[in-house]
Amino acid sequence: MKKMRTISIVIVILVITVLSAVLQKLLMPKYMTQIVEGALIEEYYHEKIKDHDVIFIGDCEVYENFSPITLWEEYGITSFIRGGAQQLVWHSYYLLEDTLKYEKPDVVVFSVLAMMYNEPQREAYNRMNIDGMPLSLTKLKMAKASMMPEEDLITYVFPILRFHSRWSELTSEDFRYWFKRDQISHNGYLMRVDVKPVGRLPSPRLLDDYRFGDKAYEYLDKITELCKKNGIKLVLIKSPSLYPHWYEEWDQQMVDYAQKNGLLYINMLNDIDEIGLDFEKDTYDAGLHLNLSGAEKAAKYLGKILQTKFNLPDRRNDEKLSAIWQEKIDYYNKMEQEQYRELEEYGYLLKFNMRRNQENNINP
Amino acid sequence: MEELLKILEELHPEIDFRTHEHLIDDKILDSFDIITLIAEINDEFDVAIPAHEIIPENFNSAKALYSLIERLKDED
Amino acid sequence: MLFTSYSFIFFLIILILLYYLVPKRMQWKLLLLGSFVFYYFSGWSNLVYISVTIVSTYFAGLKIDELNRRQSAYLKENREKLTKDEKKLYKEKTKAKQWKWLLACLIFNLGILAVVKYTNFAIANINSILSIFRMTELSFVNIILPMGISFYTFKTMGYIIDVYRGKYEPERNIGKLALFVSFFPQLIQGPISRYDDLSQTLYQEHSFDPKTFSYGFERVLWGYFKKLVIADRIVAAVLTITKNPDTYDGVYVFVGMVFYAIQLYADFTGGIDITIGIAQMLGIEVAENFIRPFFSKSIAEYWRRWHITMGTWFRDYIFYPLSVCKPMLNLSKFSRKHLGENIGKRVPVYVSTLVVWFATGIWHGSSWNFIVWGLLNGVIILISQELEPLYSKFHEKVKIGDTFGFRLFQVVRTFLLMSSLRILDCYRDVGVSFRMFFSMFTRPNFRVLFDGSLLKLGLNVHDYIVLALGVILMISFSLVQRRGSVREMLSHKPVVLRYSVYIALFFTVLVFGAYGIGFDSNQFIYNQF
Repeated sequence: MKKMRTISIVIVILVITVLSAVLQKLLMPKYMTQIVEGALIEEYYHEKIKDHDVIFIGDCEVYENFSPITLWEEYGITSFIRGGAQQLVWHSYYLLEDTLKYEKPDVVVFSVLAMMYNEPQREAYNRMNIDGMPLSLTKLKMAKASMMPEEDLITYVFPILRFHSRWSELTSEDFRYWFKRDQISHNGYLMRVDVKPVGRLPSPRLLDDYRFGDKAYEYLDKITELCKKNGIKLVLIKSPSLYPHWYEEWDQQMVDYAQKNGLLYINMLNDIDEIGLDFEKDTYDAGLHLNLSGAEKAAKYLGKILQTKFNLPDRRNDEKLSAIWQEKIDYYNKMEQEQYRELEEYGYLLKFNMRRNQENNINP
Repeated sequence: MEELLKILEELHPEIDFRTHEHLIDDKILDSFDIITLIAEINDEFDVAIPAHEIIPENFNSAKALYSLIERLKDED
Repeated sequence: MLFTSYSFIFFLIILILLYYLVPKRMQWKLLLLGSFVFYYFSGWSNLVYISVTIVSTYFAGLKIDELNRRQSAYLKENREKLTKDEKKLYKEKTKAKQWKWLLACLIFNLGILAVVKYTNFAIANINSILSIFRMTELSFVNIILPMGISFYTFKTMGYIIDVYRGKYEPERNIGKLALFVSFFPQLIQGPISRYDDLSQTLYQEHSFDPKTFSYGFERVLWGYFKKLVIADRIVAAVLTITKNPDTYDGVYVFVGMVFYAIQLYADFTGGIDITIGIAQMLGIEVAENFIRPFFSKSIAEYWRRWHITMGTWFRDYIFYPLSVCKPMLNLSKFSRKHLGENIGKRVPVYVSTLVVWFATGIWHGSSWNFIVWGLLNGVIILISQELEPLYSKFHEKVKIGDTFGFRLFQVVRTFLLMSSLRILDCYRDVGVSFRMFFSMFTRPNFRVLFDGSLLKLGLNVHDYIVLALGVILMISFSLVQRRGSVREMLSHKPVVLRYSVYIALFFTVLVFGAYGIGFDSNQFIYNQF
């Protein structure tokens, strides 16, 4: 009798575990439409060969502004952009720590815009940068460093505790992508072919204090230290986005920091002409981010610098790699075609404009 | 005993207090009845039933109540 | 710690694991340690308060017992030598000394409770008087209310009164007494246990018994269901209505009072289910505090089914002692003589009832609305008492007493009556409460029920569906429970069905619980008592 009871308890625990996992998968946001940025972090783990010359870390100023496909096509450089929506400096640090569990890149490129944030900003961005990672100590440390006051660490171990309330918000998207995902990025690059020329940018406000915060510097130091310890060349960049405004005082701090630590710092805003960027054609949101043509130009420019400075080999003669990257190129071109087709048919890209979809009764 | 029964019957004329042995258990007497009883008993028998004697054993039957009254009278 | 916090669940899992791993004789000590750790997390100053109560009561108990022993020894020794009157005198002297110790303990501990809980209330009232004379008002003090102080103080005072009455001997082990006072599941909202009841199982050695353990767990799960799925969800609407009385008048008040009844029921009975369930998982039996109270057919019956341990505490330690004490009996005799039999015999009943209900009111909260609430309860009970003979006559003529329809009428009537009284709890201000109550009759904005306004109270359609199903489930559960323990009935059903029910309940709480970001984990309503 007692044996029966023990067996049934074990079975019950198993059933609850499996059901919880299945329900959790259903209730977590899929990020396949509308807020696709949330799917970025996870896509790294699907990469077949995790061995890249260059790893990018940072916010939208990396995942919207550089095309890894171009880096390959032009220079044979393998790269992956581990970018996330409003990724903050501590997110980037732990993400790097996580990446180093899988590979050791030659170069790490870090977008320094995030230095302007010294506090956790929004719970939603925490989740988008953290949830995509498999459970690990690094993930928990990242969560602990990023949590807003109302958050609980245990919800990062069991995300169902955070997303259970989505039961009343489930859409067909949640069921369609219950167990699978579409690939939405190209080695971390989020493609946009639409164009919105730059208009009038808001004039920059005067700040009380231009010094980047202590927490930001603390984690920048950690990134620097981590790269040094692993023999990785760290490159700080200011991406060629026109907004948020990159203050002279901020630029100077990064120049000083790079000099003090023997790092390369590139402010691409100074090289717009050399890069060949035309903000009438190369941006999809009036200068905040580059579109496909802009990202390819930026990649071409940056790639030259990286290759020369760090002697990155041209890997196009590697058969295996070439085959893999050919697949990536095909998928890249296919998506480019699809996006142009969508632009022609609807005038805008469906995935990124849910509200307009609702108005026009379209279900992407 | 007769006086006690008279007091009880005044409270609940429909009950036969000679035979009923579950006055508390069957919720015949509620807390208001009990304190009214105690006041009447105090008046009639000059005996003060203390609060800690208000237990079902003492109030479940007229007999039990009467023995309580006798016992308290004795202690005096 | 709240019952519905991750840290509490974590604490509980560890405690239960340790409880069944340590040597059985250490179990009660582990519980004592656990209770102090639990209480510490709600503020270390809490530990000071509760320790003071434990220590003072412990010594008072021992002192009273010591006087008893001395008395027995003395009387035994001098059995032959003393006269009956001398013995009686000695006993009275001993009793008087014991009374002094009891009184000291009561005044000290109830004094702490009074100061901590009612100082600001007293100051507010003094200030109202001072302002009439345009004198400078006193400033309020900042005292943090130790969690559950009303509950554990009453529990402990019940113990010392029982010891004084000779009901049982005092606890000689201060650790065991400390555990009785601070037993953590009861620290939040009771029940107010009696020492002779709780000590039956509190200190015993407990082996792991799968049946009691799973029964306990199932009860805890049911408690969390009521608390998280129903109470914490419906509270949003209740707050919207009660925090903006002038916007939400008329029918809204009725909606609010029904919703509040649901919220309070689910929250309080849910919390008690968790308390009793946890105790059961530890092999400890805790007295019931609710018996399907909303099925009551009268207000008197309601108070025998709702917050039972509080009701019996007031009855045994205030109502009875007050109504049978010498001064009261004398008052009764006096009024009989001078005001006639009829009024005379009502005097102890009326005076004691109103005193008890005043005390009950003020125990619930340190503000006038609670006092008015308490007194109204008392008045209505007395009125229905007086109307008894009229009701009997009516039922003699019209034989509907036993029909389902009439009983349903009584249940609904009692529900509406109690819900109306609780309006004083919702609006916290006596004037506002009465104004809102009457607005139900003067502002007939019934269209509010049909035009979608109910969806603007903080609950959407999905919430209402969950609430409706949840309430139906609670009612069905209570209906079934009239025939016996529901868990017992389920244990006779096929294994697969039984476990499916519990697994479904678990996932209902996990998915539909109103917790986490987007929901504020609401304090149990009785937490600050």
